[in-house]
Amino acid sequence: MKTLEEFVALFAEQFDDTDASEITAATEFKDLDEWSSLIALSIIAMADEEFDVALKGADVRDASTVEDLYKVICGKM
Amino acid sequence: MAFLEFKNVRIAGIAAGVPKNIASNLYPTEEDAVSKDYAPEDFVKTTGVMERRVSYELTTSDLCFAATEKLILDLGWEKSDIDGIIFVSQTPDYILPATACILQDRLGLSKECYTADISLGCSGWVYGLSIGASLVSSGGLKKVLVLCGDAKARSRNDVRRRNPLFGSAGTVTALDYLEGAPAIQFHFGTDGSGFDAIITPEGGARNPVTKDSFEYYDFEGSRMYHLQARMKGMDVFSFGITTAPKSVKKLGEHFGFNYLDVDYFVFHQANMKMNDMIAKKLKLPEEKVPNSMYHFGNTNGGSIPMTIVAELKGKVENKETSFICCGFGVGLSWGTVAFKTNNVVISDLVEVSDEETDKVHVV
Repeated sequence: MKTLEEFVALFAEQFDDTDASEITAATEFKDLDEWSSLIALSIIAMADEEFDVALKGADVRDASTVEDLYKVICGKM
Repeated sequence: MAFLEFKNVRIAGIAAGVPKNIASNLYPTEEDAVSKDYAPEDFVKTTGVMERRVSYELTTSDLCFAATEKLILDLGWEKSDIDGIIFVSQTPDYILPATACILQDRLGLSKECYTADISLGCSGWVYGLSIGASLVSSGGLKKVLVLCGDAKARSRNDVRRRNPLFGSAGTVTALDYLEGAPAIQFHFGTDGSGFDAIITPEGGARNPVTKDSFEYYDFEGSRMYHLQARMKGMDVFSFGITTAPKSVKKLGEHFGFNYLDVDYFVFHQANMKMNDMIAKKLKLPEEKVPNSMYHFGNTNGGSIPMTIVAELKGKVENKETSFICCGFGVGLSWGTVAFKTNNVVISDLVEVSDEETDKVHVV
């Protein structure tokens, strides 16, 4: 089981132009300039690969912070 | 457990027809519904769709017709020997009658012909192939054509808007009876709880067409009217990357072969991000996984034979070649097939002009 810190790092890896230091557990990720539906797909792929969890669109939409999403993933494991 | 195996039937040939007209995603026009959230280059990079074939005139049956004429010629078949056609599409010529009936007449096939339409999308070619193979395997029908594709939309509003992910294609796969042909093996699955992951909300009997069907509404940030197909992109992505690899593995396990020994893996051309992920999860080497979406986009149900024609012509005809093909999408529905070809005929891509629409079966 990966920790919240590890998840935040994996989450930050999905961005090209956003510096990893800008992303913390409390970041409201949909407010990031680079956030788009394409990044959302990368996040879903990462959840599948790293956690073997199939996220739905609603899971991403309903989460506001990175930690929210981590909790959703933990709940599905 | 939806596993099937058919013997004494082979894939004799494959052809594909596309509109001549090319729409570029690097230089979208006002008619291309490209999101302003990201640059055209980023869209191309992520989806893997640089351009696709489009037409406001040609229907799926027009494209399938052109491909079929070509394939029959290349195979040297007599039209009078063709016993059946299956037409797999979600863009039929009419709500009724079945398009397969129209194609029987347009192709000049015998009236002693088995015809049926199948309404499936991205999994449709694999399903259509299983039905065609079952008809031929019994020896009842000797030559059957599976026509599969999607093209021109079923409705049009005052504004012309095309989805930049999708291209038009109409394909044909010819099956014939051959004693001792290697078995064709299938795995199928369905999850109708995801019925609205990809859906055209109005125009069927549940929500019939009314004048309000053309009213615009907002769907996940896109302006759409109710007769357009809409997609929960993230849900479909998540479904595809989990379901397709599992189905491939199940097929190999059930029929007792190592899927990694297969020569080529042809997946439904959803988008590059999804297909890369599927190939990665199955640990497939890049050279075994052809993709046609760069030039043709997501061609829906016809995308597997489209990819074989566009990417494997000239590489597979002269030797025994093994394939695994997997279609997945709207339904939600999926199917995987394993087959071997030997001296398969793959026609040159047929480019169809807007003038080549059906002029007879029109009202």
